[in-house]
Amino acid sequence: MLRVCLKGANSAARKCLCGNGVPLHPLQQCRSYTSGGSGSSAGKIVAASVLTVGGGVGGTILYANWDPKFRANVEKSIPYSDQVFGLALGPAAPPPVINKPRKVEPVQISSMSEMWKDSKQPKAKEVEKKAEQPDAEGPPAPAPQETLEGEACVFVAMILSAEQNVLSVFCIPLAAAKCTECEHEPAVKERPEGEVAARLAEQDKAEQDLLTSLSSNLEDALGSTAKVTLQAIGAQEAALQAIAQHTRQLREAMEAEAPPDKKSTQWRVLEDALSERSRSVDEAGAAVLKAKAELDKLRGVIDGAKHLKIAAARPSILAAEENLHSMVVDLDSVVTRVQTAQSEAKIVSQYSELVNEAKAQFQKELNSITPEIQANWKGLTGKLTQDDLNSLIAHAHRRIDQMNRELAEQRVREQIHIDSALEQQKLEDKKALEVAVSTALEHNREQMRLEQEKKVEETREVMEAEMRTQLRRQAAAHTDHLRDVLKVQEQELRSEAEEILNSSLMEKETEYRRLTQDQLDSFTLDMNAAYARLKGMEEAIDSHVIAEEEARKAHQLWLSVEALNYTLKTAALNDPTEPLEGAVQAIKESCAEDEFAQALATALPSESLSRGVYSEASLRARFYAIRQLARRVALIDETRNSLYQYFLSYLQAMLLFEKAQEAPPAKLSAEDLDTFKLLSYAAYSLEHGDLELAAKLVNQLKGESRRVAQDWLKEARLTLETKQVVSLLSAYANAVGLGTTMAP
Amino acid sequence: MSEKELGKKLDRCLADSAVKLGAGLGLGIVFSVVFFKRHTWPVAFGLGMGLGMAYTNCQNDLRAPYLIQRNIKVSNATKY
Repeated sequence: MLRVCLKGANSAARKCLCGNGVPLHPLQQCRSYTSGGSGSSAGKIVAASVLTVGGGVGGTILYANWDPKFRANVEKSIPYSDQVFGLALGPAAPPPVINKPRKVEPVQISSMSEMWKDSKQPKAKEVEKKAEQPDAEGPPAPAPQETLEGEACVFVAMILSAEQNVLSVFCIPLAAAKCTECEHEPAVKERPEGEVAARLAEQDKAEQDLLTSLSSNLEDALGSTAKVTLQAIGAQEAALQAIAQHTRQLREAMEAEAPPDKKSTQWRVLEDALSERSRSVDEAGAAVLKAKAELDKLRGVIDGAKHLKIAAARPSILAAEENLHSMVVDLDSVVTRVQTAQSEAKIVSQYSELVNEAKAQFQKELNSITPEIQANWKGLTGKLTQDDLNSLIAHAHRRIDQMNRELAEQRVREQIHIDSALEQQKLEDKKALEVAVSTALEHNREQMRLEQEKKVEETREVMEAEMRTQLRRQAAAHTDHLRDVLKVQEQELRSEAEEILNSSLMEKETEYRRLTQDQLDSFTLDMNAAYARLKGMEEAIDSHVIAEEEARKAHQLWLSVEALNYTLKTAALNDPTEPLEGAVQAIKESCAEDEFAQALATALPSESLSRGVYSEASLRARFYAIRQLARRVALIDETRNSLYQYFLSYLQAMLLFEKAQEAPPAKLSAEDLDTFKLLSYAAYSLEHGDLELAAKLVNQLKGESRRVAQDWLKEARLTLETKQVVSLLSAYANAVGLGTTMAP
Repeated sequence: MSEKELGKKLDRCLADSAVKLGAGLGLGIVFSVVFFKRHTWPVAFGLGMGLGMAYTNCQNDLRAPYLIQRNIKVSNATKY
């Protein structure tokens, strides 16, 4: 907004200036711009605005780079500005780290809590924690600073935690907050008392075990090293002895003037001594190597023990170190002694060599002069001749002259030789001195370090004791304070809890009342509904029972009617059926209260009951015989019934042909009442199963034909009647049954 | 069975006629032999008498249902 105004003001000012022609330097710019015309004024405005905007943005960025608070403000107020800043300046610097002391705190709290429980190995713990902290925190604060911080945190911890619960409450949020940063101490979980004690006990035990193992290790190592070192020292001593003896013997051999055989034995003894010396020197060297190896091993063990950092082991470690140091010193001294002896021996051997050489030379000269004289010329004074003696003396004089000359030369060169020898000696002395100095320095350094460590241990113990007393005092104060605070808190919490309890109780009660009322209402409703349904069901069941009863009765009736029907079917071809009495009896029983059925049952003709009825088929078959007969006696009636008439009717029957079957008309006329016609009608109707019509027609017969067909007619009538009644009954039974099944 | 009645009647007739004829013949022969010096006319007469008696019996037998008898009620005689 401001910038827009500025922009506008700028452009307006520019225009104003350009217009007024005030001699300021922007005017010159204006001039150069106005020369371009109105087209460039737009460009001018655009350029000016771009410039202003760019300047504003750049200025903001630069200032944000310098002042992070301003940057934060801008990022908060202007959206997406944080991205721009990120592009231009890189990510914002993180807020200053206030976490460091808090990082240390959880660690110390837990350690302090353990201390409360059991202050057996506080030193070790502290040492451990202190040692581990530098590992945990990458950007390491120097150890003393951390110790200081640690102590400060201890203070904080002590003020805030006396009881385990409060401790845990405090620890957990901290731990949760700082979990991501402490990799080494991942989660300072609350440890219950028993667990802490157990852990401490475990740790103590572990330390004890470690300690015992360590001490045993150290002892073993020390023992073995001591043994080996002693062995080495002994070997060195032996070597020394051997060297000294050899040297002595060599000197003796060189300076003594023994007879030749003793000389040879002496030389042999010397050789033995030399071999003895070399052997012992080798042995000593090997022993020294072994001892050095053992010492290194011991040093390694001691270093390992030091790494474990168990305080109780410290004195033993120190003792071991002292032992080591003394052994090293002894070994070195012995080695130096051996070396000096060896150098002395070298000098003596060199001397002996020189002497031997001179002797050899002399002997050679002597041999050249007097070849026949043997080497051991001391014993040959009697054997030599005068010439030999003279030559020998002359040679001796010459030799003396030569020697004198050499001596003079030697005297002259003496100084130089002495100087050079001195130089050499100085050099060697310096070297030796350096070596000695260095070893002495090493030893001293070692000694001092040991002493220093001892002192450090002592001071540490003292400090630990003091700290313990101070902590105990502070723990007591903290406990009292916490007790008071907790009492107050308890009161408050209790009152709060009671309030909450009461209110929730009231709520629950009202809720409960409402629910019970609802339940009652719904229950009543359900009960009413159920009762109504029950009533309905009862009625339905009753009606069903009635209907069932009706149905049963109908079924029975029907069954009995079916039985009756069946009996009707039992008619064999020419025999009547079985008497229907039984079936009718059954019907009568089954429908005792049904009047209609009773009436029907009683309507049956007695003949059918007692004797049974003929079947239609039998009647039909019988009809043909009757027809034949009826035809034959067709002329016979009351008026004509002589034998002659019989003969005539027979003749008529033989001669008269009628249709076997002829359909009867609907109405019988007078001429249809002829016997033959009637008979054919009846035959036709019988063939078509109409027994009733046939019976009706047969009933129209007159005279003898009628008399002949009488029985048949009777039977047919009986059958028809029975059938009619039975069909009525079955229809009735069916109707009743149907009615009952259709009942609701 | 009413239809068998005629058959029976006719059987009786035949039997009766056979008997009558036989008897007639027998008597005729007897009479012819005994009384009429073996003339044939008593045989024929006897046969004739026998046959006539048979015929009449047969006829009466066959007519019997139609005869109105005094001791039988009319309603029983004719059955419909």
